[in-house]
Amino acid sequence: MTRFLRLVGRDLRLALRQGSDATIAVMFFVLCVVLFPFGVGPEPNILARIAAGVIWVAALLASLLSLERLFQTDYEDGSLELLSLTALPLEAVVLAKTLAHWLVTGVPLIAAAPLLAVLLNMDAAGFGVLVLTLAIGTPILSLIGAIGAALTLGARRGGVLLSLLILPLYIPVLIFGAGAIDAAINNLTPRPHLLLLAGIFAAALPLAPWAGAAALRQAVE
Amino acid sequence: MPDFAGFALTCLRGDRLVFTGLDFHLAPGGALVLLGPNGSGKSSLLRVMGGLLKPFRGELRWGGARVSDDPDAHRANVQYVGHLDAVKPVLSAAENLAFWAAMAGAADPMARARQALDRLGVPHIADVPGRCLSAGQKRRLNLARLLAAPAPLWLLDEPTVALDRAAIALFEGMIADHRAAGGMVALSTHTDIATPGGTDLHLDRFAPGSGHDDDDFLDEDGEENAP
Repeated sequence: MTRFLRLVGRDLRLALRQGSDATIAVMFFVLCVVLFPFGVGPEPNILARIAAGVIWVAALLASLLSLERLFQTDYEDGSLELLSLTALPLEAVVLAKTLAHWLVTGVPLIAAAPLLAVLLNMDAAGFGVLVLTLAIGTPILSLIGAIGAALTLGARRGGVLLSLLILPLYIPVLIFGAGAIDAAINNLTPRPHLLLLAGIFAAALPLAPWAGAAALRQAVE
Repeated sequence: MPDFAGFALTCLRGDRLVFTGLDFHLAPGGALVLLGPNGSGKSSLLRVMGGLLKPFRGELRWGGARVSDDPDAHRANVQYVGHLDAVKPVLSAAENLAFWAAMAGAADPMARARQALDRLGVPHIADVPGRCLSAGQKRRLNLARLLAAPAPLWLLDEPTVALDRAAIALFEGMIADHRAAGGMVALSTHTDIATPGGTDLHLDRFAPGSGHDDDDFLDEDGEENAP
C-alpha cells in the first residue's frame, strides 16, 4: 500500500512540476464547450437543451487528450521496465497511475463543469447531478483509457489509434451520464442512470487494471 | 542465500531464434560475465533472468524453486540496470533515487538515496534536476539505485557505458562488496570490468547453427542499442 501511494505521489509530483497536462485538459474542456454557442447560435433554449450532452462530450474528449501520455514517458525512459520489476504488481501500477491521472485531469473537469453549465444556461436542477455524474464518470474514462494507453504503447501515431480504440467504449458512459442530467432537469429521478454508471465503474475498477497490466507486459517484453 | 540457475533456455525474439539450449549457474557470491558479439542475446538473456522476457523454452530456478511458479516473488530478488536510465527530468537526482528505494521498501528512502550518491562519488548532484545531469552522471545515478534499492541479484546490461575510469573503479568495488555479502551479479560488457572469480559465458556458442548470417546479427544490435 505504501508503494502504491508512493507511485501516486510521484506521478502527482511529476504532473505538478511539468504542469502542462492538467491545465491543457481543463483549458481544452472549457474552450470546447465555449465553441458551441458560436456554432449553434446564442438561443438560450437550444443551449439549455444541449448543455448536458455538450459538457459530457467535451469531458470525454478532454480526458482522451492527456491519456496518450499516461504510460508513454515511463515507457520511453525505461521506468516502466523497472516498475514492472518492483514488488508492486503491475495491475497496481496501472491503478496507481490511473488514479494520479484522474486526480490531475478528472478533478479539474468536475470543478469547471458547473461554471460551464451556467454558461450554457442549463437548468439549475441539473447542477448537482452534473457534478455527481462527472464524479462517477471521469474515473471510468481514465480507467478505460488506461487500457487503450497501454495497448497503443510503442505504436506510431498512438494518440490517433487510442482515440479510435477508446471512444466507442466511452459511449455507454456518455449515454448514462447525459441521461441522468436530462432526467433531473425534466423532474424525473436520475437514480437508474446513476446506478448504471456506478455499475460500469464497479466493473471497470478491477477489469481495467488487469487488462492494462496484460498490455504493459507485452510492451516491456 | 539461494543460488540461481537456468536450464536449457531458448530465447525467441520475433521469429528469430537468439540462443538455444543455454544453461547457467550462479552460486551465492558468484558473477556471470556474458560475452559474445552484438546481437548474440546478452541483453535478451538478462531480460529473461529478470522476468521481463519469458523464455520460449527452458526454466529458471531460484534456490531450487521454479521461477515460473511465482514470478512476482522473483522480481523482488532482482535489480536491473538496462540501457535506459529511467531518470525523470523534473525530479532531482535524490528524488529519483529515493522513489526507487521506497518502491523496494526502504524505511527512509531519502537518506538511503543520499548515502548511495555519496558512495558513487556524486553527492553534489543530489539536488540537481534530472534534466541537467550529464550522461555519465545519469549512469552513476542509475548504478546508485543498486545500493539504494538492494536486491540479491544484479542484472547489469553494459553498466559502464558513459562512465569515466574513476567511476568504473568505484563500480568494481561495489560489485566486489555485493558479492562478498553473498549477492550475485550477471553482467554484459564490451569493456573490461574486473570480476575476480567470475564465470564467463560465451553466448555465441548457443547461437542456433552458429556462425551464419552475420547481417542479421548486426540488425538486431541496431535495435537493441537504440536509446
